[in-house]
Amino acid sequence: MHKPEDTAILQIARNTSGAQIVLDQVTKTYPHQPTSAVENFSMTAEPGELIMFVGPSGCGKTTTMKMINRIIEPTSGSIRIDGRDVLSLDPNELRRHIGYVIQQIGLFPHMTIAENIAVVPKLLGWTKSRINARVDELLETVKLDPTKFSHRYPKQLSGGQQQRVGVARALAADPPVMLMDEPFGATDPITRESLQAEFLRLQESLGKTIIFVTHDFDEAVRLGDRIAVLSERSQIEQFDTPANILAAPANDYVSSFIGHGAAIKRLVLIPVTEAKLGPIGDAEAGPITVSIADSLRDALDALVLSGAPALMVVNAAKKPIGSITVERISAVLGADIPDVQGAGLVSASGAGR
Amino acid sequence: MNQLDFDGLLTFWQQRSGDILDMAFQHIAVVAVALMIAVVIGVGVGMLVWDRPVPRSAVIASAGVALTIPSLALLAILVPAFGLGWVPTLIALVLYSLLPIVRNTVVGLRAVPPAVMESAKGMGMNPLGVLVGVQLPMAWPIILTGVRVAAQLTIGTAAIAAYVAGPGLGQYIFKGLASLGSKNALNLALTGTIGIVILALIVDAIFVFIARYTTSRGLRA
Repeated sequence: MHKPEDTAILQIARNTSGAQIVLDQVTKTYPHQPTSAVENFSMTAEPGELIMFVGPSGCGKTTTMKMINRIIEPTSGSIRIDGRDVLSLDPNELRRHIGYVIQQIGLFPHMTIAENIAVVPKLLGWTKSRINARVDELLETVKLDPTKFSHRYPKQLSGGQQQRVGVARALAADPPVMLMDEPFGATDPITRESLQAEFLRLQESLGKTIIFVTHDFDEAVRLGDRIAVLSERSQIEQFDTPANILAAPANDYVSSFIGHGAAIKRLVLIPVTEAKLGPIGDAEAGPITVSIADSLRDALDALVLSGAPALMVVNAAKKPIGSITVERISAVLGADIPDVQGAGLVSASGAGR
Repeated sequence: MNQLDFDGLLTFWQQRSGDILDMAFQHIAVVAVALMIAVVIGVGVGMLVWDRPVPRSAVIASAGVALTIPSLALLAILVPAFGLGWVPTLIALVLYSLLPIVRNTVVGLRAVPPAVMESAKGMGMNPLGVLVGVQLPMAWPIILTGVRVAAQLTIGTAAIAAYVAGPGLGQYIFKGLASLGSKNALNLALTGTIGIVILALIVDAIFVFIARYTTSRGLRA
């Protein structure tokens, strides 16, 4: 190994809490194909940012992501992590410092859960005790009891549990960058929702720079700091925060991707606790109440059903903690909407379809 | 040809028990040595060619051709070059074992799901690391099945090796055939045949154990 490579990799590796990723004019062309899979893709992901690539199948979003850890080699352009050109680094060394999670998970079936998580630390030559401590720590992080799961094999786990291990394995060496390719796409809706919630909580404390590929716009809205809506050849149609994209889609392509009932869809994904609750006195005591475990969509549903202007929100012990109104629900969605004109666009495009 | 005389057979076994055990041991020994050589060559070659279409087809085709050569003919070809006894026997048995071992190695290495291969690569394992650390252990049950088939094949084929003065229970079968009509002809042939069947059963049972104790618990059904 050349000396400069080593240093560059170590510098990337030492920054465990999010690195800047810069893709500059990145193009991937496959031989004997008339058009590029990815054409002149440029983007900067700031440290600690969770960036969602959304687009239809075959738009090149996965190809773009896989060029960052060089699973796919770009034809031209440059990719830099914290200013280091990844194309000049040893690909295997590089990948040990980029967490990688795929939809099919790809756990090693012949290894225990602990052994699966220990793969990268072993490659990096960690001591046994350090690896063991790290494995336990990571299993705790993804809410799997180490005493129960360490020595199990992947086939003994449910799909959701396997993907938790997949995430833990990707986090093993505390990489500054994570690449996630539809990680929750193969799980059932309930499992997916809890994995997403846990993932968000995890990211809050870890602050990794994450590129997350999905074709599910709702997921992008729920998880992303910024969303890149991609069309063919991985062209960026819009790159902005979820709220701004929902409020002001850049063009018809983006609008069509958001789909009908964007606001309602978002509500499904937002817990009641996200809303600024009103005083308990605003709501009349009635048979219909909203639990803090519900989503805003449930709250809206209850409001429509009861016809009451405000409903009581109760905690797990059924004790009232506040009230919720349609206005307060709207406020959650509209919190980031920049101006009235932007808000007008939403209703205009919504009415147009 | 004389009728089967059961008492006579038992007496025959009593008188020659040392001889019979000796031959059975030689039989197993030549099969075991041949298998070990064939595993090293077969798995090694399989690891070299599994992801290269042309060499892979060539290797499997040539191992297949080797298997179609009648064992007597193969031994006859080997004798002028290698003489009589253990050497031509071993070479013949190794050749016969190669097909199931190489083929199953290639099949097993290729059967690893693409997602597993991709996540291995994505974690920064180099190709040799993936091959040795992931593919080989995952392919092991399939490879072992190939070795087991090869073992059955070679236990039978080793009997023919007596024709070129090779070791093993085949000596009795050939002696029996050569002395048809004599008092012990049937005893000799029967002893050789039954011995080989028993050996085959024992070896198969051993493979069940080997498979059980060398396959990861995560791969067992």
